[in-house]
Amino acid sequence: MRVTFTANGREVEADDVWEGESLLFMLRERLGLPGSKNACEQGECGSCTVYLDGAPVCSCLVAAGQVQDREVRTVEGLADPETGLDDVQQAFVDAGAVQCGFCTPGLLVQSHDLLERNPQPSDNDIREALSGNLCRCTGYEKIMDAVRLASARKCSSSEVSQ
Amino acid sequence: MEFLRPATWDEALAAKAEHPSALPISGGTDVMVELNFDRHRPSALLDLNRISELTAWESGRFEGQEGEVIRLGAAVPYARITRELSRELPGLALAGNTVGSPQIRNRGSVGGNLGGASPAGDAHPALLAAGRDVLVEAESVRGTRLIPIDEFYVGVKRNSLEPDELIRAVRIPVADGPQQFSKIGTRNAMVIAVCAFGIALHPKNGTVGTGIGSAAPTPRRAVEAEEFIAGELAERGLWESGALIGPAAIQRFGELVTAAASPIDDVRGTAAYRRHALAVMARRTLTWTWNEYTQSLRSAA
Repeated sequence: MRVTFTANGREVEADDVWEGESLLFMLRERLGLPGSKNACEQGECGSCTVYLDGAPVCSCLVAAGQVQDREVRTVEGLADPETGLDDVQQAFVDAGAVQCGFCTPGLLVQSHDLLERNPQPSDNDIREALSGNLCRCTGYEKIMDAVRLASARKCSSSEVSQ
Repeated sequence: MEFLRPATWDEALAAKAEHPSALPISGGTDVMVELNFDRHRPSALLDLNRISELTAWESGRFEGQEGEVIRLGAAVPYARITRELSRELPGLALAGNTVGSPQIRNRGSVGGNLGGASPAGDAHPALLAAGRDVLVEAESVRGTRLIPIDEFYVGVKRNSLEPDELIRAVRIPVADGPQQFSKIGTRNAMVIAVCAFGIALHPKNGTVGTGIGSAAPTPRRAVEAEEFIAGELAERGLWESGALIGPAAIQRFGELVTAAASPIDDVRGTAAYRRHALAVMARRTLTWTWNEYTQSLRSAA
């Protein structure tokens, strides 16, 4: 079947999509968006997290056909072509929150959503928000640092602009 | 495989009547796991994402149920139940907040738990505890059938839906007293329950509701425990006095909850551990809800 939807602000079309295929497979294998990672295929690890109509979801657990006419935003759509990396991405780089990098795309989308909803999360809020994203390298401390850093930068820049 | 995408509820019912073996998919958090691992290949998927009434809830009064009722659309995601209905449906909101991860809670719904009918579904203990008059609205082109929650679960991953029926909503009475939910797992997030327990105090009619998860072939109620504790509360005038229930009665309640379960040994835990954990959870949640009830009595006085 054919699936037409919006990916990172652009209308896209995938052909010959198998009816039982996941959104993740379609993004990676048919649309050249391999940022979202394929690890557990059962919603345990969060590496494939994308926004679907503004809510973060595991793209391995969405059937490709379900996104017809809807909006998907992947990790590739976080950075601004004009201004560069998003605050969260820059903070992950600066805090050294990336080791092997496999979990990073999912963590970026999930952290991005957290800070959109709650620009000043407590440590508990961060742990809760990231509880569905597994990282086997960092021990999470640097990831916590990165989210705190992104939060601090977001808050100070919004104070400046006020 | 076919992919059916009805735009309206009527179209969905017609599609299910025409393709009774089609597997409904909404959040996909269970269905897609089966497909990704090729454990199950249905003849068709019936996508319910376009049907907006499934993701809406309303409150009102309905025949056959006392007081105010929440009619919860089958596909309202758990994240929204926790955000929007924690006052009306506190037990379900607590249970929903232990489902998977934030990403899963943005997609998973009570309709999915009911459709899958896994004994480990987190919504089940809360629904059972909420009362015997919790009703599942099953609909088909033939009409609507209201299935009492106690008659809904019929076996391991089997429910009492007919092949042409879809779950439209669940009608759950608004809480008239404190409710609690407790779940055992290896960590707080991303766990399938080793076992779970839900409890609801119903001061209006002097009953106590319970629900056991992951410790029997189906989710089930601890009937004797409910009757025992309701009897204690009534005979000793505790609903009025708000005095302590006392260790002997709490202990007995835990034993009766354990006796109602019939757990097995499996990868997640042993039967003996589940029995032990159920008694602990039953005692704790009874104490928590009773403390909350007595506080509400005192602050009302």
